[in-house]
Amino acid sequence: MSANAGAIAVPHLSAVARSEGVWRAAWRRYRGDRVGMVSLAIVLAFLLLILLSATGVVASGWQREVGVAYAPPSFVGPAPPEAIGAIETPKGPNVDLSAVDPLAPRYAEWAERAKQFATAEVKKADTLPFGGDRLGRDVMAKAIKGTEISVFVGVLAALVATTLGTLLGAIGGFFGGKAGDLLEWVYNVFESIPGILLIFAFAAVFGRGIGTVVLILGFTGWTGLYRQVRAEFMKHRSREYVRAAEAIGASLGSRMFRHILPNISHVILVRMGLLVVGFIKAEVILSYLGLGVPVDQVSWGTMLAEAQSELILGHWWQLTAATVMMCLFVTAFSLMADAWRDALDPKLRGVAE
Amino acid sequence: MLLSIRDLKVVFRLGERGAVTLVPAVNGVSFDIPEHTTVALVGESGSGKSVTAMSILNLLPDNAQRSGVVEYEGRDLLRASLPELQMLRGREIACVFQDPMSSLNPVFTVGQQLAEPLRRHMSMSKRAAIERAEALMAEVGIPEPKRRLASYPHELSGGQQQRVMIAMALACEPKLLIADEPTTALDVTIQRQILELIAGLQERHRMSVLFISHDLGVVGEIADHVVVMRQGVVREQGPVARIFQSPLDAYTKALLACRPSLANTGARLPVIDDHIEGKVPTRQAKPKDPSAPVLLQVRSLAKSFFLRDGLFGKREFKAVHGVNFDLRRGHTLGVVGESGSGKTTMGLTLLRLHEPTAGQVLFDGRDLLTLSDHERQTMRRRIQIVFQNPYASLNPRFTIGQTLIEPMTIHGIGADQDERERRARALLAQVGLDESAFGKYPHEFSGGQRQRIAIARCLTLEPEVLVLDEAVSALDVSVQAQVLNLLKDLQDDLGLAYVFISHDLAVVRFLSDEVLVMKDGEVVEQASAQQILAAPTQEYTRRLLGAIPRGYQGAM
Repeated sequence: MSANAGAIAVPHLSAVARSEGVWRAAWRRYRGDRVGMVSLAIVLAFLLLILLSATGVVASGWQREVGVAYAPPSFVGPAPPEAIGAIETPKGPNVDLSAVDPLAPRYAEWAERAKQFATAEVKKADTLPFGGDRLGRDVMAKAIKGTEISVFVGVLAALVATTLGTLLGAIGGFFGGKAGDLLEWVYNVFESIPGILLIFAFAAVFGRGIGTVVLILGFTGWTGLYRQVRAEFMKHRSREYVRAAEAIGASLGSRMFRHILPNISHVILVRMGLLVVGFIKAEVILSYLGLGVPVDQVSWGTMLAEAQSELILGHWWQLTAATVMMCLFVTAFSLMADAWRDALDPKLRGVAE
Repeated sequence: MLLSIRDLKVVFRLGERGAVTLVPAVNGVSFDIPEHTTVALVGESGSGKSVTAMSILNLLPDNAQRSGVVEYEGRDLLRASLPELQMLRGREIACVFQDPMSSLNPVFTVGQQLAEPLRRHMSMSKRAAIERAEALMAEVGIPEPKRRLASYPHELSGGQQQRVMIAMALACEPKLLIADEPTTALDVTIQRQILELIAGLQERHRMSVLFISHDLGVVGEIADHVVVMRQGVVREQGPVARIFQSPLDAYTKALLACRPSLANTGARLPVIDDHIEGKVPTRQAKPKDPSAPVLLQVRSLAKSFFLRDGLFGKREFKAVHGVNFDLRRGHTLGVVGESGSGKTTMGLTLLRLHEPTAGQVLFDGRDLLTLSDHERQTMRRRIQIVFQNPYASLNPRFTIGQTLIEPMTIHGIGADQDERERRARALLAQVGLDESAFGKYPHEFSGGQRQRIAIARCLTLEPEVLVLDEAVSALDVSVQAQVLNLLKDLQDDLGLAYVFISHDLAVVRFLSDEVLVMKDGEVVEQASAQQILAAPTQEYTRRLLGAIPRGYQGAM
């Protein structure tokens, strides 16, 4: 043993094999979860789809009217020709109208002019693979484009809410006292207003648009996460490892975000996963009520809003397309969040099933 | 024979779905528990002693596989069905666990929890059960048993909670009581009371006790028969007198030697490995320099907490008051007292982890309590703390390397990251860990190793004073000896001054030059270590001295 700290000199700085990090270990555990892996694959597939649609590879022509109005899905077959009813065909001899028709002399001239243009008769499809909407747009393309908007809104709003909730929760939980009381007041005000009313109030103030929807959902949805992060910070701030960090002179910010935050990250991550799911549903409700995305864009919510009037006429395919996409994504995302919680929670480690 | 265990093997299935590994915990253990005797199972943590005891009633997790024979009154319990075992559990074989705080349900009163097994197993009426519960509370020595029946667990002290646990175990007059480290979480004085209680009850109820402990000193006082375990096998077993007077196994000898006793004033404690190899600790203590400069002067230090009383009122609770001492370079001040005596609060106040209410802490002549924030940061370097619980004091998300480099980065020690890393590795070597520890996470280490890492973290700042807050209390005796030796080495090499806080006078005695005895926030006795031992003036100090486990008395 060397006599004093100044004389310490170990010249060789050999590369020591680092142990498996916490995140790597969590990923190893996650890989063992079959449900988690399947849901992760589905979520990744959705993300790929969103990427493709955002870059215009798929569903860029979702606004083209490719089919007849309310074209049914191919597997159902074309709609039966509508019975046009019995307007009786006149039975008398043909009458020369040119005597009374003031436009009659110009017909020949118009016919001559029309020859200069080629008229491409757009053959509107009778059926589309997954059906068409009121204007004959492909609902599949709409659903894919809608995925892009809905998921984008959900994830971004969850990020806003998580950042806000974590920051406020960290301050409220770590400092307590006056700052904590103040934040509790803010929290109570937000919690005492019914959620949907609060969303309407924000929507009325901000006007329409995707950015607005993100902000509305972010500003109203942080409360639950705030409470949980606050509780975790209160629990951890008096733990000995935080005390030890204080004793070696670590600053406030370092103690809050370098020491405590990584230790509660699993709580935040899982909560954020649930928020994404909740916000996607909230966006659907907002758009359905006409407070969400603008008319020239499409989301699952606007599709559902259209589907309402279509259902009366028996056109179920738009509803189905939007619902199936939403169910698949939301379910996969929730299961994935669940699997992540199991993988990240240190308490569930290493016990065989 | 009441219970006889033959060739018991326990294997745990560990690992993730798919890749399952089998980890053996117990490898062919055999021993008997005769009627009306106390058998002690002794070993370090990880020796398989608790697993052995828990497999008797199959209280192990689902991933344990047991084989062998556990015969209780002619029946093989390993092959008994769950309903059969449930008939035995609590009724014929009862258990007391280590941590009474987590063994009692906080939302039920003590009375309700005591009455439940009586009504279930003995089919007593509610009234009869409550009466019996009261009698049991009186039997385990809880004052005012009638009033206490209506208390909730948090209203009782740790010792009283453990008494309630014992009362619960006794409720159905079991033939065998399994006590799994029942005193490890308690202060020495309370430990003594609980030991006496268990011994008395065993005598009165003519039952058998299986007593599990890591401390041979404790076991010697209570057991008739001792079984020493290590790494899942029985190293030695025999009557207590034989084990203490002429231990055959090297491991048993080492266990006996490594506990600091009041008589042992040697420079170093023998540790297990040395002892087994037949080495004697040779390093001699460096003589203390009585004229060393005074580093830390504490004058009438006080810390009060203000509790809310009613709507607006505040009540002052004096956690610490009137503490005075001088600490010289290279010397150790021991602080002893029971839990709640304010010794930990005093330690935290020295570092200003608690803001003191009054008093002065002079460090090198400057008052620590009036420094500006900037000056305080530089002072922080020079006085550091090691906490009690090595499992809680290291950040689980930092590698050991990060843990050690962080303080150096904060205080700008070392020119660059490379140099800091070199220093960190050198410190790891200095506290007796090898290089590979650098990239690992805390959960990969045992308690003793973690405590070494915590000490290394303090040393990165080249402190002059270390506050050791119950730094060895959570460790097994054998590991405790290693850490105590390390502390002595560091003191001799680096000239550190220690404030050593503990509830165990024997440990304090081993390390300290001067001792403060604290009770209810006040210093009741303050003298040199020899003097406190030879001629304690206070009744309280004598009680602390009397509580130290002495091992088998006949051997002395």
